Amino acid sequence: MSALFEFLCRQGDSTLILGQRLGEWCGHAPALEEDIALANVALDLIGQTQMWLGLATEVEGAVRDADDLAMRRDVWDFRNLLLVEQPNGDFGQTTMRQWLFDQFHVLQLERLCDSADDRVAAIAAKAVKEVRYHLERSSGTVIALGDGTEESHGRMQAALDRLWPYAGEMFESDAIDAELAEAGIAPEPADLRAPWDVAVDATLAEATLTRPESDFTQTGGRSGKRHSEHLGHLLAQMQWLPRAYPDARW
Amino acid sequence: MYAQMIKSEATGDDPEKLAAFQARIDAGEKIEPKDWMPEGYRKTLIRQIGQHAHSEIVGQLPEGNWITRAPSLERKAILLAKVQDEAGHGLYLYGAAETLGVSRDELTEMLLDGRMKYSSIFNYPTLTWADMGAVGWLVDGAAIMNQVPLQRTSYGPYARAMVRICKEESFHQRQGFHIMMQMAKGTEAQRRMAQDALDRFWYPSLMMFGPSDKDSVHSAQSMKWRIKMNTNDELRQKFVDQTVPQAEYLGLTVPDPDLAWNEEKGGYDFTEPDWSEFHDVLRGNGPCNRERLEARNRAWDDGAWVREGMMAHAAKRRAAKVAAE
Repeated sequence: MSALFEFLCRQGDSTLILGQRLGEWCGHAPALEEDIALANVALDLIGQTQMWLGLATEVEGAVRDADDLAMRRDVWDFRNLLLVEQPNGDFGQTTMRQWLFDQFHVLQLERLCDSADDRVAAIAAKAVKEVRYHLERSSGTVIALGDGTEESHGRMQAALDRLWPYAGEMFESDAIDAELAEAGIAPEPADLRAPWDVAVDATLAEATLTRPESDFTQTGGRSGKRHSEHLGHLLAQMQWLPRAYPDARW
Repeated sequence: MYAQMIKSEATGDDPEKLAAFQARIDAGEKIEPKDWMPEGYRKTLIRQIGQHAHSEIVGQLPEGNWITRAPSLERKAILLAKVQDEAGHGLYLYGAAETLGVSRDELTEMLLDGRMKYSSIFNYPTLTWADMGAVGWLVDGAAIMNQVPLQRTSYGPYARAMVRICKEESFHQRQGFHIMMQMAKGTEAQRRMAQDALDRFWYPSLMMFGPSDKDSVHSAQSMKWRIKMNTNDELRQKFVDQTVPQAEYLGLTVPDPDLAWNEEKGGYDFTEPDWSEFHDVLRGNGPCNRERLEARNRAWDDGAWVREGMMAHAAKRRAAKVAAE
């Protein structure tokens, strides 16, 4: 398995799983504008998934397609971040998860726009425009709800505390990252931590939320070594139809 | 048709003003929010536009039911885009209703406590992926049949909302038909699924146009005001005539043994839906009425803290801005 293939699965699996989670909200959001926005963000993420996983299969040698990767792999082959497979919880938890990821995603995509691999750069250039908007919206919502009422503040702080242990995995660097950084294809995730911290601290201050003291990090998603129990249930739902009717084309 | 059984309101206005108003409508003029209008016209429109908006919102649920189970990335993306369009339609329609002096929150409360209705069709369950095809093909097809003429309706904001909505709906209908085509030429199981979806959605789709003209007591005033453009039976006939050849093209059988081409009238003879079922659904006894309203109530109640938090933050911002000036 090439490092590039692995990297592309990490990209596409995180956007896929987060898009899938957001799709669960359809028709159940707190306001009509939020229903529209959640579907819109999910749609962008699924579109990005098609590009990342599509390129992954091309790199692999076109023996399977993006749908095969999405629908026919099991938990241990998924390379998404643990953060994005966490359940939606309340709207506060969904928003907090989105913002922690968006802030990382923008920084990462901005660097990927200069990738030595033109195909990666092209996907990043398209995706970054969408993700800047996701960040604008999620950070605005974190600020509004953090600073809103006592109840909304309490819920946002609880969401931050709950999800914080999953933030560190975004900046974990391993041998695959080192190889890609060496080739100029992708930045070392660890290099994104400092600018992420600055941006996150600024938003948290405006939201009157307190950054958790412990930086303890859960890992195992992007390496595929240990996902949470949640991913299996998500895949059971997402993959059921193509797996139940393996010969069908839809 | 997303608005059914809209009762037109009697109107007790000055006869001279009423005559002048009717003359404007007869001349094909658009009525705008600031223009004088009879109270009955305003109330009937609020009920009709509100019911249409609610249908778009509740209509997210049967389709949202399949977003997480769509069989491919492309189908998932298309369905997300479609459901997002529908929520957007709800937004323009609530906007159009607000020009008549009722707020979105007031309309929402009336949906949630059952004072206002939404289309009967959304009280039917979506059980297989083929239902996503059938909903697009039949339900959106029936909606378009009603909404295309409403682009010429007398109330300006409603007519303009309908222009945007129709463009998107016809795209949805093609997508639904495409799902059906793919399934009809697919495996044996897919063909069975497609036929089963047609069997379940055929009569509920015919019900979307509302009761037969002979039982439709509210049509005359609404047609005079040009907020209803065709009778229920005219639209139902047009829908059947358009849809039967499409079913034949798909190799599917319309579940009506008495369906037959009538040369003389230049249209199909067909069996009317079971109107007692229709009235049961309207009374709250459809297969999914309770789930749909529970889901909307839960979303509204669970979201209260979010809406309150947003408002509180906006108020603090405004206060800070005033203090700084």
